[in-house]
Amino acid sequence: MSTYAQKKGIGATIWDYLTTVDHKKIAILYLIAGGLFFVVGGLEAMFIRIQLAVPNNDFVSAGLFNEIITMHGTTMIFLAAMPLLFGFMNAVMPLQIGARDVAFPFLNSLGFWLFFFGGVFLNLSWFLGGAPDAGWTSYASLSLASPGHGVDFYVLGLQISGAGTLIGGINFLVTIINMRAPGMTYMRMPLFTWSTFVASALILFAFPPLTVGLFLMLFDRMFGANFFDAAAGGNTIIWEHLFWIFGHPEVYILILPAFGIFSEIFATFSRKRLFGYSSMVFATVLIGFLGFMVWAHHMFTVGLGPIANAIFAVATMAIAVPTGIKIFNWLMTMWGGSIRFTTPMLYAVAFIPSFVAGGVTGIMNAVAPADYQFHDSYFVVAHFHYVIVGGVVLGLLAGAHFYWPKMFGTMLNEFLGKITFWLFLIGFHLTFFIQHFLGLMGMPRRVFTFMEGQGLETGNLVSSIGAFFMAAAIIILLINVVITSVKNEKVGNDPWGDGRTLEWAIPSPPPFYNFKQLPLVRGLDPYWLEKMEGKKGMMPAEPIGDIHMPNNSFIPFVLSMGMFIAAFGAMYQVDDKPWAIPVLILGLLIVFGSMFIRSIKDDHGFHIHKEDLLDEDDKEVKA
Amino acid sequence: MAAEQKYTEATWPSSPERATLEGKNKFLGFWLFLGGETVLFASLFATYLALKDKVPSADHALAKDLFEIPLTFMATMLLLTSSLTSVYAMYHMKNFDFKRMQAWLLVTVLLGAAFLGLEIYEFNHYVHEFKHTFTSSAFGSAFYTLVGFHGAHVAVGLGWILTLMIRNAKRGLTLYNAPKFYVASLYWHFIDVVWVFIFTVVYLMGMVG
Amino acid sequence: MKNRLHKWRLLSLFAMIALILSGCGKPFLSTLTPAGEVAQTQFDLMVLSTAIMVLVILVVTVMFIYVIFRFRRKKGDENKIPKQVEGSHKLEIIWTVIPILLLIVLTVPTVSYTFALADVSPMEKKDKDGKTKDALVINVRANLYWWEFEYPDEGVITSQDLVVPTDQRVYFNLKASDVKHSFWIPAVGGKMDTNTDGENQFFLEFDGESAEKVKNQFYGKCAELCGPSHALMDFKVETKSPEEFDQWISDMKSAKAPKAEDGLAKQGEEVFNKSCIGCHAITPNDSRPEQARRAPNLSNFGERSKIAGVMDHSEEDLKNWLEDPEKYKPGNKMTGTYGDLSSEQLDALTAYLMDLKVENK
Ligand code: HEM
Ligand SMILES: [Cu+2]
Ligand SMILES: [Cu+2]
Repeated sequence: MSTYAQKKGIGATIWDYLTTVDHKKIAILYLIAGGLFFVVGGLEAMFIRIQLAVPNNDFVSAGLFNEIITMHGTTMIFLAAMPLLFGFMNAVMPLQIGARDVAFPFLNSLGFWLFFFGGVFLNLSWFLGGAPDAGWTSYASLSLASPGHGVDFYVLGLQISGAGTLIGGINFLVTIINMRAPGMTYMRMPLFTWSTFVASALILFAFPPLTVGLFLMLFDRMFGANFFDAAAGGNTIIWEHLFWIFGHPEVYILILPAFGIFSEIFATFSRKRLFGYSSMVFATVLIGFLGFMVWAHHMFTVGLGPIANAIFAVATMAIAVPTGIKIFNWLMTMWGGSIRFTTPMLYAVAFIPSFVAGGVTGIMNAVAPADYQFHDSYFVVAHFHYVIVGGVVLGLLAGAHFYWPKMFGTMLNEFLGKITFWLFLIGFHLTFFIQHFLGLMGMPRRVFTFMEGQGLETGNLVSSIGAFFMAAAIIILLINVVITSVKNEKVGNDPWGDGRTLEWAIPSPPPFYNFKQLPLVRGLDPYWLEKMEGKKGMMPAEPIGDIHMPNNSFIPFVLSMGMFIAAFGAMYQVDDKPWAIPVLILGLLIVFGSMFIRSIKDDHGFHIHKEDLLDEDDKEVKA
Repeated sequence: MAAEQKYTEATWPSSPERATLEGKNKFLGFWLFLGGETVLFASLFATYLALKDKVPSADHALAKDLFEIPLTFMATMLLLTSSLTSVYAMYHMKNFDFKRMQAWLLVTVLLGAAFLGLEIYEFNHYVHEFKHTFTSSAFGSAFYTLVGFHGAHVAVGLGWILTLMIRNAKRGLTLYNAPKFYVASLYWHFIDVVWVFIFTVVYLMGMVG
Repeated sequence: MKNRLHKWRLLSLFAMIALILSGCGKPFLSTLTPAGEVAQTQFDLMVLSTAIMVLVILVVTVMFIYVIFRFRRKKGDENKIPKQVEGSHKLEIIWTVIPILLLIVLTVPTVSYTFALADVSPMEKKDKDGKTKDALVINVRANLYWWEFEYPDEGVITSQDLVVPTDQRVYFNLKASDVKHSFWIPAVGGKMDTNTDGENQFFLEFDGESAEKVKNQFYGKCAELCGPSHALMDFKVETKSPEEFDQWISDMKSAKAPKAEDGLAKQGEEVFNKSCIGCHAITPNDSRPEQARRAPNLSNFGERSKIAGVMDHSEEDLKNWLEDPEKYKPGNKMTGTYGDLSSEQLDALTAYLMDLKVENK
């Protein structure tokens, strides 16, 4: 088995990626697809800000604007932020716990392809009669009233990609529980692994309510059901509950992994162990738990009554406590450290004030009576962008720079990285800070225009200017990626020099079996411990032996494509198109056929033989 | 290759479903999946309770007009028994008695199919006698969605167990397929538990009004 | 580095100036210029929460700045290994307990005002005719993209311009007839959703002094995405002193169906009766059921401050609107419900509509 070392043609490479079950390659797929969707969502954001730069603008029409904000929000949350985080989880988490792969390599690939086809399906709406236009929250009365197929694309696209996400979450949970290297106890797991764990648990329990909500909407829109039709006894508030029971945990699904990335970065570049590790773990778990108790803070103005509002207000405020613990622990990690301001560290440092600003406005939103003013105004737009962009996106950018060498074996250019950072940071605050005031001054959210003479001109213009800075930052990042890939200067195991966790103990990029010998973990920050004792790498926990690896498979791709095809059939049967039902059946046949083949055909994987591994050692020595 | 190795009754491990890493992963992953399914059904139950008896006008049938306990009690007994028979099957799986396992699985499948038959009859009855359909009211939509989701789970379970039985008919038990049988039976139990809730919340509480 | 810092400073300066220039927003629209009990309560809560949060931010900022300047890796430190600290229970307790205390300070008024602002009990006390005893109740019905205001105890219906008395609590029943909207008068108080399933209730109070400062007119908005023209679903609030308000109500109650006299308006009336009356009523005591009231009541159209909520109240804009409503409010429900109008018809309708007045000034 030494084919992996050969140089491959482009066709073979593509085939390899279409069929791969290797978590590191799937990570790259997530990064590429998520990055693509991020650019699409970013373009949509730019259109929004151009339209709102001046009053009474007609850059886009009212209907188109609603499509753009809906797709911007949906794309950024479901197709950009989450998949990008999944990319890093896939790339790093198995290495951090000393595993050769994830628990279910096949399902890992299936999760990716489902997400991908769901995302493509959703975005095809632009070319097939118009995108969804009821907001990313798609509140039931409006989404049922929405003509055309836009909302159908939303429902079906999210259903498919959501299934992928759920599969991914279960996979990560089992991996972390079952596949840790010898000595890697729970309380020795790096914080990024912990946050992956908690975020995956949130996915497991938060996505089913969304699935149900989407089903109800699908039945109402496509099969004549009456869940949300008040005239037939239906109730639209059910959708709001289901959506936010999913939606609030979702924001923690996004932010916790970002917290994890930052925790790694703070420790690494302060050359210090994470301060208050156990309280960090505890806070992460507690945030995950409380995340399920607060959904109705998105519904203070719905009319649930003062008792519900008061309970959810207080519960929401409680989340501030564990979040505060984290902020102080990060500050104390840097305290007394030896801080090196690399690009990832710049992001981490900038994240603290940015996220704190978003956090405190969150608390302000939790004050129910005051939220009657904030809700659905630009104040809320400012708030969630401070947490999502100031938290998640900064985390993603930090992670990209930090883990790039581990994933691709070469460093992103630090100079360009810093330019990206400054442009992005300035643009971010310029865009969103002033939106707090726009909201307070009476500007509702999701408006396609505003009128002169209401005091909203300056703020909107400033905000739009800021957006261009962020766009410029992203362009420079892309240039950086290209330059870096072309140069392709190889780096060693621990390119930052201060790596602490297992992933930095193995080559960059790691061999496809990750660890020739599983490492023996002797404490928190295992690689750092060994380094401090003057050792070069990890102590092995086993002799060199055969390694069992899973086979590649094309089934995940085909199965997901089957869903994609079936979705078209389901959608167009509403219009009585003669081909719709056959297409639906064809799609389902592909889906069930793939499942059938998968369960009929045994897949035992293959073994890398000891001799090959030893051969390789020789080669390394010679080279 | 541990997974494909041939076993005898003596060498067969006591927890065959968890004897390999793949088995362990499958076992845990499936439990987690059932956790997610629980939330899924909880959401459906909540929706049903919110929309129970919500109809556009007074001439629509309500829960107390529709449900008959004898029929659904029969269905409940069928499904409960099938859960028991699947326990027998797993018992024989642990004892490396492939033939008996297959036999009990077959009984399970037959009972499940009978349950589905009753359910189809029941739905048909509501539609024709009471004009209570998926599209007639919010109550109708919620009822058929909740009970129908369960029914779909039963159907998938039947297909799954049958596929496993047929696929492995010739080669007998191995550590590769033992976890598969095991999680399939776990799934079957889950379906059963959900039904107990449906029986209570939808039918029994529906009678009370 | 220098250069970059410079740019950064310039930009933040720019942002600061922008902020100061825009100040607190316009007093007829901004939540920062509270004009009534509800908005004032909410403003006070904002100030309280902001104060607490600024305290937190200050602590974090001080630590933050100290840390990043004090502990940066200096030349010569390349091989220094800082002490690996596990944590500190004392510190952890401090930053758990203090935030809890701060939050308690915030929860107490939050909870008490949540209940206070939800107190609509005066709406329930009815006299024997089923009229609310001693509270003014207004039914708000939100529609794509217009607002209907009904004074149920007076049998008066109007739309687009909400007329209210100052210095007393006004109680609202809120609902939507098509999709969900949200009723928001930022300067006077927070929003409440108008749902398609069930009614919501809340109250507002309009402060007389603040009202005078804004020439007795506040701006209201729809605060829930409801379709293409969501941004254009504005309404105006006319405040009147209690006496003026009573007068207005009695004018509305006694208003008769208007009789156009002069030639042009007369022609307009004919066009109106042919093309428009199916949806628009022209008397305030429209007794049709709400499903039939498919368009704004026009009985006092001549006294309105805006056309369709957003256009100037001028003859020119009225003609523009009638000619092509789609151009001004995309997705509105008036487009295409009546045939094309000739320019004579437009002139006639304009004359007729501008004459629709009820106040005996
Ligand atoms: C270049 C950066 C970005 C800009 C300029 C931007 C701008 C905007 C604007 C103007 C809106 C519409 C607000 C309204 O109409 O009321 C919006 C909505 C939203 N944005 Fe962003 N955004 C950016 C990045 C992001 C990112 C990275 C995320 C998530 C990871 C995100 C998540 C959302 C969400 C969830 C909404 C709400 C959409 C809805 O209401 O349906 N944004 N954004
Ligand atoms: Cu939330
Ligand atoms: Cu609206």
